[in-house]
Amino acid sequence: MTDIILKSNLGRRKFVNRLMLGIVILLTALAIIPLICIVGYIIYKGLPAINWDFFTKLPVPVGESGGGIGNSIIGTLILVAIASVVGIPIGILSAVYLSEYKPAGAFSSCVRFVVDVMLGIPSIVLGIFAYLTFVKPFGHFSAISGGLALALLMIPIVGRSTEEILKLVPNTIREGAYALGVPKWKTILRIVLPYATKGIVTGVMLGVARVAGETAPLLLTAFGNHFWSKNINEPIASLPAQIFEYAKSPFDDWIQKAWGAALVLIVLVLTLNVIARVITRGRFKNAS
Amino acid sequence: MNYRGLAKEIELKIHSDRPARKWPVEAFFKWGTFAFAFLIIVLLIWMIIAIAIQSQLSLEKFGFQFLTSTDWDPVKGLFGALPFIYGTIVSSIVAIAVAAPISIGVALFLTEMAPKWLRTPIGFLIELLAAIPSILFGLLGLFVFVPFVREWIQKPIGKILGWFPLFSGAPIGLGMLSAGLLLAIMIIPIITALARDIIGNVPNIQKEGALALGATRWEMIWKVVLPYARSGILGAVILGLGRALGETMAVTMVIGNRAEIKASLFAPSHSMAAVIANEFTEATGDLYLSSLIEVGLILFLVTFLLNALARFLIWSVAKGPKGGIRA
Amino acid sequence: MAKEMRTEKLQAWYGSLHILKGIDMVIEKNSITAIIGPSGCGKSTFVRCLNRMHEVVDGTKVEGKVWFEGQDVYDQQIDPVDIRRKIGMVFQKPNPFPTMSIYDNVAAGLKLNGIRNKKILNEAVERSLRMAALWDEVKDRLNYSGMSLSGGQQQRLCIARALAIQPEIILMDEPASALDPISTSHIEDLVVELKNEVTIVIVTHNMQQAARIADTTAFFLNGNLVEHDKTDKMFMSPCDKRTEDYLTGRFG
Repeated sequence: MTDIILKSNLGRRKFVNRLMLGIVILLTALAIIPLICIVGYIIYKGLPAINWDFFTKLPVPVGESGGGIGNSIIGTLILVAIASVVGIPIGILSAVYLSEYKPAGAFSSCVRFVVDVMLGIPSIVLGIFAYLTFVKPFGHFSAISGGLALALLMIPIVGRSTEEILKLVPNTIREGAYALGVPKWKTILRIVLPYATKGIVTGVMLGVARVAGETAPLLLTAFGNHFWSKNINEPIASLPAQIFEYAKSPFDDWIQKAWGAALVLIVLVLTLNVIARVITRGRFKNAS
Repeated sequence: MNYRGLAKEIELKIHSDRPARKWPVEAFFKWGTFAFAFLIIVLLIWMIIAIAIQSQLSLEKFGFQFLTSTDWDPVKGLFGALPFIYGTIVSSIVAIAVAAPISIGVALFLTEMAPKWLRTPIGFLIELLAAIPSILFGLLGLFVFVPFVREWIQKPIGKILGWFPLFSGAPIGLGMLSAGLLLAIMIIPIITALARDIIGNVPNIQKEGALALGATRWEMIWKVVLPYARSGILGAVILGLGRALGETMAVTMVIGNRAEIKASLFAPSHSMAAVIANEFTEATGDLYLSSLIEVGLILFLVTFLLNALARFLIWSVAKGPKGGIRA
Repeated sequence: MAKEMRTEKLQAWYGSLHILKGIDMVIEKNSITAIIGPSGCGKSTFVRCLNRMHEVVDGTKVEGKVWFEGQDVYDQQIDPVDIRRKIGMVFQKPNPFPTMSIYDNVAAGLKLNGIRNKKILNEAVERSLRMAALWDEVKDRLNYSGMSLSGGQQQRLCIARALAIQPEIILMDEPASALDPISTSHIEDLVVELKNEVTIVIVTHNMQQAARIADTTAFFLNGNLVEHDKTDKMFMSPCDKRTEDYLTGRFG
C-alpha cells in the first residue's frame, strides 16, 4: 500500500478520485432513469384508457368501442390465489425444516442448492414443465395449470426469503421457550414464526408481486380467454397475457387498452413491493 | 404468596408425567416439514426428467445436428436450433457488456461512495426496477425503445460505422441490438443488488487500513475492494447472464422473431425463450413440439450450469479469499 | 438437608471439545448453590446439562447420570420437555419473548402447555410477578411489550416467567452479569427470597455475589469440580490449593 503514496503525485490521485466519483454517479443515473421513464410513460399512456368500464366489462371485438379487461384482472387474481395456496405453504414449511430442524448437513445443502437453481430457471421452462404435467395429460389449458406454473416460481422466492428471516430470529428466545418445557414444534409455531411474521409476509408479498406480472408460463398453461371464467379447469385470462395479446395487435384501440392494463399491473406490482419493503424497514423497531 | 399451593390444573397439565396422551406431534411436525423440503428436490428432478423425456423424439431424430443446423422449417419437419441459440447468446452478451460496468459502478456508489442518506432511497429505486414485470419492459420496448434505438443509436452508428459488418444493414429498430439493450436495463438491478451485498461484505478492517495509509477513496476501491470481491462480482454478473438468457417476453417483443443468423446487430433475430413462447401453442405435430421442448431443455441446462457456477463464485467470496485477513 | 439432585460422572462435549470431565455433585433442596470458576471452565454447560438444555445445540453430547426425583434425567423413557418444566432456567441475557406483552410473557409457559383458564392464569401471573418483586412496577401496564422494560426488569420478568410454571429448581446462568449494580442487587435479594420456595443453582463469575447469597459454593476448573462446600468454609479456608489461588485472584 505504501507504494501508492510514495510513487504517485497527490494532485493527479485526487483528480482520478473525483473523476471516478463522477463516472459512478453518471452510471447510477443511467440505471435509475429507465425506472422513472417506464413508470411515467405507462401512467401517461395508460391513464386515458382507464374508466369504470375498463375494470368491469369484458373485451370487445375489433371495431366495437368500449369494453374492458375485467376478466383479466379477476383472472390474474385467481391465478395468483392458486399459486399462493400451493406455493406459500411449501416455501414456508420447507424453510422451517431447513432453519429449525437441520441447519447443516448434506440434505439441507442439497435443498438450498435446488432452491437456488429453481430461482434461476427461466420461467418459460417452468411453463413447459407445467404444460407437460398439468395440461397435456388432460388435453386442455386451464387456470389450475397456470396457477401451478406460477407456484413453481413462487416456492423458491418464498422459501429463500423465509429461511433468511428465520435465521435472524435470536436463539435466546428459542431457548427461553425450551426452558419453559415448551416442545419444539410449539416453540416454532408460537414463538419463532410470530417473531418472523413481518419478514415472512414481506417475502410472500414479493413472491406474489413477482408472479402477478409473469407472462411466459401462462402462455403455455392458462392460455387466456375473453369471458368471465367460471371454472378453474378451463383457460383463464390474465393481465400480462392480455397485454401481450393487445400489444401485438395492429389496432390502436387495443394498443390503448394494453397501456391501460399495463398501468393496472404496474400499480399492483409496485404497491405490493413498496408495502413489503416498508414493513421490513420497521421490523427491528419493536424487536431489538 | 403460596407457591406450593399448586392449582390442580397446573399440577395436572404441567407436571404429571402423562405418558398416556402423548401424540407424536413433534415427529409429525418434523417429518411434515421435511416432506415439503424433500418435495422441492423431487420437483426439480421430476422437471428435468419430464422435459428430457418429451425431448426424446427430437433428440433421436436430429441428434447433435439440432445444435448446429440453421433450418427451422415446421412445414418440412426440419428443426435446427442454431439461430435461436445464436440469438440468445449474442443478445445476452450485448446485455452483459452494457449492464456489467453500469451495475458494478452503481454498486460501488451505493456501498462506498454515496453519502449515507442517499444509499437507501437509491437502493430502493433499483429494487423497484427489478420488480417491474418483463411484459411491461416488452411493451415499452416495442413502442418506445425500438424507435429510440432506431433513430438515436442505429442511424448515427450506421452512418459512421456502416461499413463494419456488426453495424451494417437497414436501421429498423427491431433486432438484436434493441433486445440486448433492453435486457441490459432489465438485469442491471439484479447484478447491482448482488454486487452491492458482496462489496458490502468486504471487511472494514482492510478498507480502513488502506485509507489510514493515505489512499484516496478510489484507490481504496481499486486496490482493496475490487480485488477482494472479484470472484463474487463475477458470480453476480453470471447470474445476470443467466437471467438474460432465459428472459422471454421482453425479448420476443423487440428482437424481431426471425430465425436467421446475420452478422449485423441491427438485423432481426430470434431467441430460444422467444421461439418457445411464440410457437409452443401453435406447434402441430409431435416432432415440432418435441423440438421446442428440446430448446427448453438446452435453455434449462445452460442456466442450471451458469447458476451453479455463479453460486460457487459468490459462496467462495462469502468465505473470504485464502490467506486473506478475516474480520 | 434433603437432597434435590445429584449428578454422577456427568460428562459433556461440544463438538470434539470435552467440556465436562466427570462431575459428581449434590444439590440440596431449598438452598442456593453457587457455581464459580474462570471462563470456559464448564460451569454454564454444567447447569445446561441439568435440565437437558445442553442438547438443544447441534453437535453436543452428554454422558453420565443426573438423578432427580428418583429418576435419571437422561433415561431413555424421559421426555426432556417434562424435565424442563420441573427445572426452570434463567439466562445470562434477559430474553423475554419480543412479540408478547408482559402478561403473556409470564403466562407463556402455562398457555403454551395448554392452560387456558383465565382465573388460573391471572392468579399465576400476579403471584409470579410478586415473587419476582416486579408486580408493583408493572401492574398498571401488563399489556405493554416485555421489551419496554429496563434490563433489570426484563431479567426479573424472565424469573417470573420461570416461576409461573412452578418448577422445583431454577437454574440461573449468570443472571446478573449483563445488569447494572442496582439491578444486580435487586436480583440478589430476590434469589435469597426465593430459596424458601425453590431450589436455586446460580452460575456466577462474581465471587462476592456467591459469598453474599449462596449456601454452598462449587468451584469448577477445566471441566472438573475442584471443591464443593458450605460457602463460608470455601471462602475462609478452602481445602484445595487451586481454589485458594482462584479466590485470592491469582488466576482466572
